[in-house]
Amino acid sequence: MSNLLDLVLNNPLLLAEAALNGLLLGGVLALLALGLNLIFGVLDIVWIVYVDLAMLSMYLIYFTVQVYGWPLLAGAAAGIGLGVLLGIGVHLLIITPILTSPPVNQLLATGGLLFFIQSLATFLWTTDHRSVRLTLPTIEVAGMFVSFARLIAFVLAVVVMVGLYLFLTRTYIGTAIRAVSQDRGAMALMGANPQRIYIVTSAVGGALAGVAAALLIIQYSVHPHFGAAFGPITFMICVLGGLGNMFGAFVASFIMSEIISIGGVVWSTEMGYVIAFALFIVLMFIRPGGIFAKKQ
Amino acid sequence: MLELAGVSAGYGHFTALWDVALRVSAGEAVAVVGPNGAGKTTLLRVISGVIAPRTGTLSFEGAALTGRPAHEIVAHGIAHVPEGRRLFPALTVADNLRMGAFLPAARAHYAESLARVFGLFPVLKDRRAQRAGSLSGGEQQMLAIGRALMSRPKLILLDEPSMGLAPVMVLRLFDLIRLVRAEGYTILVVEQNVRQVLKLVDRAYLLEVGRIKMEGRADELSEQDFVRKAYVGL
Repeated sequence: MSNLLDLVLNNPLLLAEAALNGLLLGGVLALLALGLNLIFGVLDIVWIVYVDLAMLSMYLIYFTVQVYGWPLLAGAAAGIGLGVLLGIGVHLLIITPILTSPPVNQLLATGGLLFFIQSLATFLWTTDHRSVRLTLPTIEVAGMFVSFARLIAFVLAVVVMVGLYLFLTRTYIGTAIRAVSQDRGAMALMGANPQRIYIVTSAVGGALAGVAAALLIIQYSVHPHFGAAFGPITFMICVLGGLGNMFGAFVASFIMSEIISIGGVVWSTEMGYVIAFALFIVLMFIRPGGIFAKKQ
Repeated sequence: MLELAGVSAGYGHFTALWDVALRVSAGEAVAVVGPNGAGKTTLLRVISGVIAPRTGTLSFEGAALTGRPAHEIVAHGIAHVPEGRRLFPALTVADNLRMGAFLPAARAHYAESLARVFGLFPVLKDRRAQRAGSLSGGEQQMLAIGRALMSRPKLILLDEPSMGLAPVMVLRLFDLIRLVRAEGYTILVVEQNVRQVLKLVDRAYLLEVGRIKMEGRADELSEQDFVRKAYVGL
């Protein structure tokens, strides 16, 4: 704690910069968490493989932009398109055949896919770290230095989340998705083909992974274990916010990203993660249903 | 209108319905009564396609519906108000009704259906911006029936509409179901409240341990006898 106190007293600007970076990181994490949570809400299945799907989109964007010279926007569109296809593909090929199996089997099946994708990526593309080299400036805001790529990623993440909110609240199919997440069986009695709703949900979830991929590749390099780096934190955010609770996931994203970012400046990046995971374990004892769960 | 012949159904190793034959004509109100666990809910689930029958046939207005999934059966004009209402509690009353009109054919008449539902249940209009979970039990049952009406059905299946309601509300609810009936809907209702439901319907079936034990016109059946049979199981 003395480090933190020291920083507050002697270098408040550095702390403010860490907080700002945490906020910006939280935007992209929230996008991933909302995608994972959306699918969980409707299908009651945690796609453990979710961030690895985003990783595949990151590779696609890397290859199209860095190797084949596509404009970044075209590469990003391709990455989002791949996300949609992967979302639908995972649902049709992995989930549909085991939809009535016990949840643990479904979890294991998407977990198996995770290891398959990791191994395949290592085999095809080696363990090299690959990044899209953008010459984006670092900008100064009131004495704090912020990467422009991070700022852009945050703004776009917020725009996409507003879009997701409008989709879920203003459109017919979006309202049906919320309805299914509240009562899976009753929506079929309204004449909705459940499989159609599942496919739309998986496609939207996949698209969110694709958008997150585009926003991550301008900040981080991609490698076969990218999913292992961001997957656990994404899952943790969803559990912390309450699985299926979209608002909870949104808030939890920023709590976690702030802990990681500020912890990283005060101690070290690794310590930031240690604190985040330790807090998660403690909160699971205090509030196992997530921070916004109603008391039992 | 609706015809079931030789229908058996169950869950896993358990058989809940044995060789059930049942018929509902257009414009009729029919009740299925019987003690707890007689298979009444299973019967409605088979009709609405929530579960597929093991044997037997199901037809509606001449169309064979045996084994069709629930979402297709709704499109044929059968709406199921399930046991426990199964509302979408976090959605508003208006959104619940909107979901009732999910089918394209129903969506095309959304405004007209909504006016009709609000005409029948004015309280839903007042509460349309409220979350369904915040309604009272009686209001929730009205919403469940209203949501079913939004699909523009010909036949409405009601599963224990009086369940969990205060006695005074039960009487009101039966009056409301009479109103729904007067609008020209055909009704098949499952009820434990035998005395009340027999005043509402034209005909009734007595279901016991998965088999139809009696059937007849509601006014012809000796009410006392029927009640005794339904509850005591003799």
